[in-house]
Amino acid sequence: MPEPTFLDSTELVLNMGPQHPSTHGVLRVILKLDGEKVTGTECVIGYLHRGVEKIGENRTYAQFNPYVDRMDYVAAVSNGLGYCLAVEKLLNVEAPPRAQAVRVILTELNRVASHQLWLGTHALDIGAITPVFYCLRDREEALKIFEKYCGARLTTHAFRIGGLLYETYDGFEQDIRAFCDWMDPKLAEYEELLTNNRIWVGRLKGVGILNADECKEYGVTGPVLRAAGVKWDLRKAQPYSGYEKYEFDIPTRENGDTYDRYLVRMEEMRQSVRIMRQAVAAIPDGPIMGKVGKVIKPPVGEAYVSIEAPKGELGYYIVSDGATQPYRLRVRPPSFVNLQALDRMVAGGLIADVVAIIGTLDIVLGEVDR
Amino acid sequence: MADEQKPGGSDTPPPSGKEAPAPPAKPAAAAHAAPPKPPATMAATPWDSDLSRQIKERFGEAIGETSTYLGQNFVVVKPDSAMSLLEYLKLEADFDYLVDVTAVDWPKRPERFDLVYILYSFSRNERVRVKTHIADGYKPGTAVGVHLAANWLEREVYDMFGIEFAGHPDMRRILLPEEWEGFPLRKDYSILKQDDRWVQENLGIPSGQ
Repeated sequence: MPEPTFLDSTELVLNMGPQHPSTHGVLRVILKLDGEKVTGTECVIGYLHRGVEKIGENRTYAQFNPYVDRMDYVAAVSNGLGYCLAVEKLLNVEAPPRAQAVRVILTELNRVASHQLWLGTHALDIGAITPVFYCLRDREEALKIFEKYCGARLTTHAFRIGGLLYETYDGFEQDIRAFCDWMDPKLAEYEELLTNNRIWVGRLKGVGILNADECKEYGVTGPVLRAAGVKWDLRKAQPYSGYEKYEFDIPTRENGDTYDRYLVRMEEMRQSVRIMRQAVAAIPDGPIMGKVGKVIKPPVGEAYVSIEAPKGELGYYIVSDGATQPYRLRVRPPSFVNLQALDRMVAGGLIADVVAIIGTLDIVLGEVDR
Repeated sequence: MADEQKPGGSDTPPPSGKEAPAPPAKPAAAAHAAPPKPPATMAATPWDSDLSRQIKERFGEAIGETSTYLGQNFVVVKPDSAMSLLEYLKLEADFDYLVDVTAVDWPKRPERFDLVYILYSFSRNERVRVKTHIADGYKPGTAVGVHLAANWLEREVYDMFGIEFAGHPDMRRILLPEEWEGFPLRKDYSILKQDDRWVQENLGIPSGQ
């Protein structure tokens, strides 16, 4: 190692987190700095590790269902959908059309809520305080619908293996329509605050670039991949729960920087509203529960089923030995895999950008650590 | 592959009355003489496609099985050929996205672990699983040289199962503390078990629980 000189001073190692407001949970990042420039990072994770996969092996299929809500707790409905679809795949049953439509509506509603929380906190990290109030105010409307539907706001446990437990409440359709109508002007309001805001653009443009090849190499999915120009969304690529029936676009951008990821997520909220409008206009009549026995006991076998969660590809790999409990239950969390790319995105940038990049990755530590 | 996510419900048994508490135990495949016990092995069928033939041709003896179950294809390969298969699939067949690396513990088997790589190809819109059976203590080669995504995923496999990957750039625990004893997702690690000594020393909880 060369002797440190006056200009070429020694590397500074700075600890960020685990209790740091911009890490959105308990993420610890060890930063290696050369002045203000970041030369390397190391993530220390696991503070929220609860052994979800081990718990899964020791609970019956139905008992494990509420646990999945506690992974990505800002998009609990998506987690539940992925898990239910995986077990249904093993059982070789399908939820009835009515249940599928309600599932799509609630999942898209949750995508909007998840993106709203991301936008508010991301903007707060950058230094804009107004968006967080707007976003949380509007997210409240989505949470109210969850509460009316199943009694819970965050960890909803909205779906059951085979379909739904609850029929929609009276006025469900009106509430969803009202939410959609309410969201359009609100999205314009967010964009008015941010999209052409000089500070916002200055802090995000060209920051944390991850191009398409790097995304594939790191296994990064979701809005981060789409902002790099890859038109890939599991709802289109391998449709599940009746997504093939709805018209929607996959928003993409080319530069793969933080600003593009912001634009992609904003457009995704619009597309979610679009899907909800179509789905709510055509909820079929019929049963809400498929032919699943009281005891869920899939035949010996294994399946990997994944969905497009707000953060990326959320997969469940379940191995059944024919018992009432999974033999092995693996969760493929989007946040965990996406977080791995942090080092590449941060390297060479400024320390202030680390905060922006953690925000743009939209991680939830409950899902990273499981 | 669009129908991969949509199991056709055609071979589920017809509804035999609304109540009936017992039926779920019966396997859907009525071909077996239906005692309440489900079949002991996975009812996978051979996977026959251009890709599976190419893989067999290229790797010959090293391929143990190419099968499909519920519309999902998987290849069982000998451990020392796993990396060249992943490389082949990436470069020749365009499986450029490593979705997941995980393991399954079968303590009664001589080759105790299933190591599972889940791959996806953007251009084919297709998934394939590569599985290898490895014994306890065997050190499989790392996939980091083929897919960078394997880095953390393999660290998690090491953390939870104690499978060490040879040549991995950073083979440490990732979720649990570095000094933790034991590998929680092994079947002989009870759900109530934890490293009492670590908890006592680091968290100051005398009971360790």
